Amino acid sequence: MRPLLRFWPDLRSRIGVYILVLVLTLLANGIQLVVPMITGYIIDGPIAHRDLSALWLPVLGVLAIGVAEAVGMWARRMIVAPVVSGWEIMWRSRLFDRLQYTSVAIHDSWESGQLLSRAVNDLSQMRRFFAFGLPFLLSTPIVILVGTVMLSILQPVFGLIMIAMAVPTIVSVSIFERRYRETSRRSQDTIGEITTEVEESIQGIRILKSFGRSPWAAERFSLVSQKFKGLEIRKAKLDSWFWSVLLLLPTLAQAAIVGVGTWGVVQGWTTIGTVVAGVTISMVLRMPIEMLGFLLADALMSLTAATRYWEVIDIRHDITDTDGSVDDDPDVGSYRGALEFDSVDFHFADTDRLTLHGLDLRIEPGQTLALVGATGSGKTTLASLVPRLQDVTAGAVRIDGVDIRDMPVNELRHLVSVSFEDPILFSASVAENVEMGAPGSDEDEIWTALEIASAKDFVSRLPEGLGTRVGEQGLSLSGGQRQRLALARAVIGRPRILVLDDPLSAVDVDTEDRVQRALREILPDSTTLIIAHRPSTAALADVVAVLDEGRIAALGTHEQLLESSPLYRELMGASAKAEAHTTDAHSWEGGRR
Amino acid sequence: MSIPRLDRDDEVDELPPDIAAKARALLKSLVRPHLAMAIFLALIVVLTALMLVIGPVFIADALDQGIPRAVDGDTGPLITAVSLFIASAVASAVLAFTSTRLVGITAQKILFTLRERVFTHVQRLDLGYHEKSTSGRLVSRQTSDMESVQQFLSYSLFDTALALLQMIFIAVTLIVLDIPLAIVVFAGFIPLFFITKAAHSTQRNAYRRTRTSIAKVIVHFVETMGGIRAVQAYRRQPERRGTLSDQDSRYRDANTDALRGVAWFAGWTRLIGNVTQTVIIVVGAWLVIEGWTQIGVLAAFILYLRRFYGPLDELVQAFNLYQSASAALEKIAAVLDTDPEVIPPSQPHSLPAQDSGQASGRSVDLTHVRFSYGDGPDVLPRFDLRIPAGQIVALVGATGAGKSTLVKLVTRFYDPTEGRITIDEVDLRDLDDAQLRSHVVMVTQESFLFAGTIADNIRIGNPEAGDDEVIAAAKAVGLDGFIRRLPEGYATDVKKRGGRLSSGQRQLVSFARVFLADPDVVVLDEATAHLDIPSERLVQNALATVLEGRTAIIIAHRLSTVEIADRVLVMDAGRIIEDGTPADLIAGTGKFAQLHRAWKDSLV
Repeated sequence: MRPLLRFWPDLRSRIGVYILVLVLTLLANGIQLVVPMITGYIIDGPIAHRDLSALWLPVLGVLAIGVAEAVGMWARRMIVAPVVSGWEIMWRSRLFDRLQYTSVAIHDSWESGQLLSRAVNDLSQMRRFFAFGLPFLLSTPIVILVGTVMLSILQPVFGLIMIAMAVPTIVSVSIFERRYRETSRRSQDTIGEITTEVEESIQGIRILKSFGRSPWAAERFSLVSQKFKGLEIRKAKLDSWFWSVLLLLPTLAQAAIVGVGTWGVVQGWTTIGTVVAGVTISMVLRMPIEMLGFLLADALMSLTAATRYWEVIDIRHDITDTDGSVDDDPDVGSYRGALEFDSVDFHFADTDRLTLHGLDLRIEPGQTLALVGATGSGKTTLASLVPRLQDVTAGAVRIDGVDIRDMPVNELRHLVSVSFEDPILFSASVAENVEMGAPGSDEDEIWTALEIASAKDFVSRLPEGLGTRVGEQGLSLSGGQRQRLALARAVIGRPRILVLDDPLSAVDVDTEDRVQRALREILPDSTTLIIAHRPSTAALADVVAVLDEGRIAALGTHEQLLESSPLYRELMGASAKAEAHTTDAHSWEGGRR
Repeated sequence: MSIPRLDRDDEVDELPPDIAAKARALLKSLVRPHLAMAIFLALIVVLTALMLVIGPVFIADALDQGIPRAVDGDTGPLITAVSLFIASAVASAVLAFTSTRLVGITAQKILFTLRERVFTHVQRLDLGYHEKSTSGRLVSRQTSDMESVQQFLSYSLFDTALALLQMIFIAVTLIVLDIPLAIVVFAGFIPLFFITKAAHSTQRNAYRRTRTSIAKVIVHFVETMGGIRAVQAYRRQPERRGTLSDQDSRYRDANTDALRGVAWFAGWTRLIGNVTQTVIIVVGAWLVIEGWTQIGVLAAFILYLRRFYGPLDELVQAFNLYQSASAALEKIAAVLDTDPEVIPPSQPHSLPAQDSGQASGRSVDLTHVRFSYGDGPDVLPRFDLRIPAGQIVALVGATGAGKSTLVKLVTRFYDPTEGRITIDEVDLRDLDDAQLRSHVVMVTQESFLFAGTIADNIRIGNPEAGDDEVIAAAKAVGLDGFIRRLPEGYATDVKKRGGRLSSGQRQLVSFARVFLADPDVVVLDEATAHLDIPSERLVQNALATVLEGRTAIIIAHRLSTVEIADRVLVMDAGRIIEDGTPADLIAGTGKFAQLHRAWKDSLV
């Protein structure tokens, strides 16, 4: 129950309204008992005595109660609607925000669909629960209790019969509860798997189409979908047992009341009128008991939903400001931009194997360092340490001597601009995507950034220029075009430190060359760490560092390293024979100019 | 600042006007295979309703007749009545048991079919559709919209039928009891009819808004989580939060409106029921006093009336679940209603058979091809190209020269606007899709990994490949050593423990897939971008071997790639401006020769 109880603070903040909802629910249940009594009175009294004048008052009573019931029902739903709808989106925004500040490493360990299914399916389940399930779950036992007490007052034996019926009910509840909860957990997890499969099958559509593997994807989908079907059917089967038991037990109780009551009449310890009243009350109790089955199932699904929600909310934020929170807009101090890696170790959380091991590296303010290394040598990992997308596991990264863990995260991220190997564009205009690097930039600054990234020409040729919508919901651009926009975003606002992770891998060499020269000219003060594969890139850097086996194996200028480092020569494709034509050349795009 | 902003209200997924009819047709087609089950369930509904009406009769009989007689010493009638009552209760329980089960099973079967249908249809849709649409929107169809449909099918359909039937039974009873009073009851249906009609349109509207707005929330959520690196590095959290809250506010308002719509509908229904009851009491009292009706009839009438309006609450609930489900079904129907523009042939042709063991590739011809995306300008104005079997062609040219478009046409991701593309003289449009995909394979710029093991990911190239073949493919591209160092080797889950692959390694996986696929025609789209030079060389060496005896089209950004080509095509503005062997072009005076000289000069 704990996961649901943890919503108490939210409930308490609207407790007045919610209590009103509960009272209205309870009243609605109560009115069901009152009206038959009044109508009974009318029939037995005024009508039986053919006394029209005595009729009006109780009729008005019936009408008033009828109107009140309708208004109460209307009011309960009107009141609860905005409250629960508001809660749903509040919970979602909490979930969303928790995830926005959760480190990349933890994100990578979650399947994307699991997050989405929690944010959507589970929260709508909880909205329904707080709107209907909970008020009825709270009021139904009261009704049953009151009914049982009334029965007991009427005739203690009848009360005992009801209590006796409670025993098998509780037994079946407990059997049902355990199995249902387990199944509902698996089923809701499977929804997450379904979501993941759907997402992947769409995001990887080009590969599926290229290889004609849509049937393969469909089979995978079919498997999880089948699993989900199986679990939902199991839920239906559990429901069928439980609900029919809850249907049967109160009717058996009624039969028992009739039987035992008759015996009591014969024995003389009760009267026919008492038996009739007992049956009437037990008749009224049938509905709430039957409903209990549905309510319990709903509560268990909501419990699962709540558990899954808290699993996300309870994710520990490990990359934060020193006080454990993250300030969105901290003051940004003045830095020269000396970037230093001091005995840096890094390993992923789930392995002891060190990706980076005792790595030392220093980049002076304004200097450009090219980092080279074989595929999988840890270059991207190293780059991700600078904006603290990951944290070192030992050692430290410092800017002007300050450990970056002692700076507010967002001050650091203000100082450091990154461009990723997989360019990430958002569904927004070109201008908005570039401006993200330095909010508040004007159009000139955007064009300048685009120019540095060699993207000015193609952007001006886009159907709506800067206003062209890109990203998943916009125009699809080529890999090279996306990379250049992402690069423009990184350089706009002249960041103190620029981290470029193979930013132009999908661009021809000449463009890359031009970009690098522009970077040096226009951003001479930015300290730049650039991950490179090509000699042309390395040659333009002030210093080149070779990453191997998790540490810097060689450091020097391009020429020096070509002389001194066989590893570097191999990486640059220069170690081999004369036909080492794999060295980069100027490409077509450059040649045309 | 004067930067053009986008209207965030762009409604991407506008629904066609006849979508309601299409959604109904979809529902019908889903239910049709379960017709026998539906009929059986209908029977159960009738029996359940019957039990609901009969049960109380036995208990009333026990009270009215049984007990007094039993007190007098004759327990027979009591035992009979109570036994019948218990029997009816047991029958009710058995019926409820059966119906809950069968409804659950049938609903899940229907949903399973629907999910699969949507999934395979989405897979069939052409790349043009996918480039315009977003994964989030399609995900919302498969999750949130499906959930709405499930709610209705699992919890409401049966109850609706039951409620309706109960009302019919009771209506008949009422008519039998007293016609004038029954007329009063039925008079209540007139306002009810108008209220339902009004609720129908407002609720449908509100639920459509919930479906559209939740889809937007999902799109935003997916995009944010997918781009979390950029979100964090560029401190976008406040802005992203703002957008979510904008979109979610719309969802909340739509939801509140829908729920309040239910409030009005339910309130009015209950009011009409209760007012009718009062009117019945008054009219009934008058009739009884005037002597036209018996008092017992009136009592029974009032009792039944209460039960008559009881199911109405359930109907209100069902009505709303139905509205929500049909709004969701409309969205789903709209996806299913989208026809792919690249259509599989109705009478597929096969490629001519080749000598086994003697790979020779296939010839590729483009004849008078013109292509433009939609109504846009021509990307390829008029294109003729003949690639003989076994030739390796390198495509060179600036961004926008039409290289990517050309390969998308050859792989039939798009169909040409005019002209034809043939492989071994068979038009691509006549070729069976499975056959096309097994003969023509493309390695794209992106190297997407699917959840699962690394071996499974390589096996996308050929699902039937054995472990040794997978390992051989990995070896060929130089991935084997890396994989063996992973915690669980080839069985390592690429998204879980220790399975992180760099973009270079992901590209190697793409190549390994091609090795397994063993196609006649290979298309490589700038696929070596993320590799360091030694890896790239390794891949190229491997390619040179594997491309032996195949036709290949390679988009080359680096002249190094051109080395393995038999022929170079230099493209500009959708046209071929140079065409020849690398040696001929280098010896000539064209653009390629200039490039080549510049490259020679830059050798380290």
